[in-house]
Amino acid sequence: MAVVTMRDAINQAIREEMVQQPEMVLLGQDIGAYGGTFGVYRGLFQDFGPDRVRDGPLCESATVGFGIGLAVSGIRCIVELEFMDFTTVAMDQIVNQAAKLHYFMGGQLTVPLVIRTPIASRMGMGPQHSQSLEAWFMHIPGLKIAIPSSPYEAKGLLKSALRDPNPVLFIENVKLYNRKGDVPEDEYLIPFGTASILRSGSDVSLVAISGTVPEALAAAEQLAGEGISVEVLDPCTLNPLDIETLANSLRKTGRMVITHDGYRTCGVAAEISQRIMEECFDYLNAPITRVAGLDVPVPSGPLHMDVVPNQQRMMAAVRHLMN
Amino acid sequence: MPVATENAIYKLLEMYRQMMTIRYFEENAIELFAKGLITGSTHPCIGQEAIAVGACAALEEGDSVLATYRGHGAAIAKGSDPKQLMAELLTRTTGCCKGRGGSMHLCDKKKGFIGTNAIVGAHLPIAGGAALAAKMRGANRVVLCFFGDGASCEGEFFETLNMAALWKVPLIFICENNGYAISVPTKLSQATPDIADRARGFGIPSLIVDGNDVREVKEAVADGVARARLGDGPTFIECKTVRWERHSAFSSGRYENPEEAQRWKTVDPIPRLERILLEEGADLEQINRERVAAQEVVNDAVQFALQSPLPDMDSIYEGIFAEA
Repeated sequence: MAVVTMRDAINQAIREEMVQQPEMVLLGQDIGAYGGTFGVYRGLFQDFGPDRVRDGPLCESATVGFGIGLAVSGIRCIVELEFMDFTTVAMDQIVNQAAKLHYFMGGQLTVPLVIRTPIASRMGMGPQHSQSLEAWFMHIPGLKIAIPSSPYEAKGLLKSALRDPNPVLFIENVKLYNRKGDVPEDEYLIPFGTASILRSGSDVSLVAISGTVPEALAAAEQLAGEGISVEVLDPCTLNPLDIETLANSLRKTGRMVITHDGYRTCGVAAEISQRIMEECFDYLNAPITRVAGLDVPVPSGPLHMDVVPNQQRMMAAVRHLMN
Repeated sequence: MPVATENAIYKLLEMYRQMMTIRYFEENAIELFAKGLITGSTHPCIGQEAIAVGACAALEEGDSVLATYRGHGAAIAKGSDPKQLMAELLTRTTGCCKGRGGSMHLCDKKKGFIGTNAIVGAHLPIAGGAALAAKMRGANRVVLCFFGDGASCEGEFFETLNMAALWKVPLIFICENNGYAISVPTKLSQATPDIADRARGFGIPSLIVDGNDVREVKEAVADGVARARLGDGPTFIECKTVRWERHSAFSSGRYENPEEAQRWKTVDPIPRLERILLEEGADLEQINRERVAAQEVVNDAVQFALQSPLPDMDSIYEGIFAEA
């Protein structure tokens, strides 16, 4: 095991696959000598050259389109969209093209394309650079979605994404890039559709996604001191969604809180909550509670930290369920 | 008669048969739609056959083509089997896309027909990526992308022109300017009349051809293909043409004025090619033979499609994702 940051774990995964897949190409803006907006690509341009690490123009839509064109031609590609908010500019290519071509072309085309996109919530960058839009993509059949919260998850999931013949949206929270953790020295892959149980507990299941995970773990730790045993789970992938692991936890605890930075209305928590009710309604001792991003455009300035979930809100939700 | 001329006539007759095949195919599609056998809609390319046929005649087997929802002709010209295409229009299991794509979503990968697309302009960057793949593999292959005047107003059009020129990918842009985007004439949608001018702004060699002259289209595309194979990057060819039918079989009434309708008849690419054939020394019997052959191919395609089963719900969830 080596202790690395999530940024470096992602870099390692890409580097390893660039070596193993000699045709693989990286597309995006600022991914060349600059090393990526958040430094994830550091060193790749120098090692793999401008043909394979293609710094390009600022045009999200055509960049994803070019990635699809490479992918359907059999050349695996990673497109980086610098902020998740910018997926809106490439929505047609992601939703109408990448997600659907395999199905409606009767299986003739496959789209081995990974779209990496950082979420910059909790950074005070304002309403157009702070959004967690994963729920939109979860709504679309044909897109796989990985949303890791640790270096271990990030590397193992990205390696799987880069072996998958399907389009994968790979969502990284910028606040987690410096999060450190153990990563095995030997190659490993984490299969999609496997939720992580990050901490075992018996009173409440706390499902945390992406940037909310560190505070969910801190909340569980503090609540343990109050005699409340919280199980913390990370779905890791949203499509496929490992509802079984979440349901098994609920069957044990009878209570569930779901937390994510994304907006509350029609957020991922709404879907998980509904699925849990369909799976194991009889085991619920209390209504499932959401601790989500508030339904407001994310403001710039100090208030931005109050619109996303924090440890205090998570703890309050858990305590409320225990009463 | 010298051999070269015979060969030239043979090639013209081949193009004539393809154009007639497309014409009959589209006439049948309109009829089948009217009978309720094609769901949604269908977008005939009647009057524009010379572009698909002329352009694809300049390609080789390993080259790729992308086209629009008005792309039945492009698929036929690239060598797809009309049976599988007609079956796809009727969403039968024997269709090229197993009946899931329908009239607007055709694909025949083994023939290099990467497919048609129903989002205007969206296939342009995909074609760019396919061309980048061809360039990176160094296999001397080119990609040809058909699109309409409507697509030239989309942002992805400009994005793709920029990236294709920047990276010098072997891509031939074929703009089928038929004068209308659904109901809106180009004079209400285009700031300048010639779309080729925009490509010039990106440093892409661009020219305008009579899209109803199959020989002119073929020659222009052949020049572009040769440039692309030499590694000299993209070429832009604007083919001026006319659309006979309304936008789609689903669209409401005709909106073009009667004088224009008369003008179309005079520029119909098929009688024009017949005149060229006669001038070049072909006889009527040869022309008729190709016409009958085309008719038979389409009749067989319609019969094949009608006799093929529709998909059932048992397979509805299959193929959302490719298997690893």
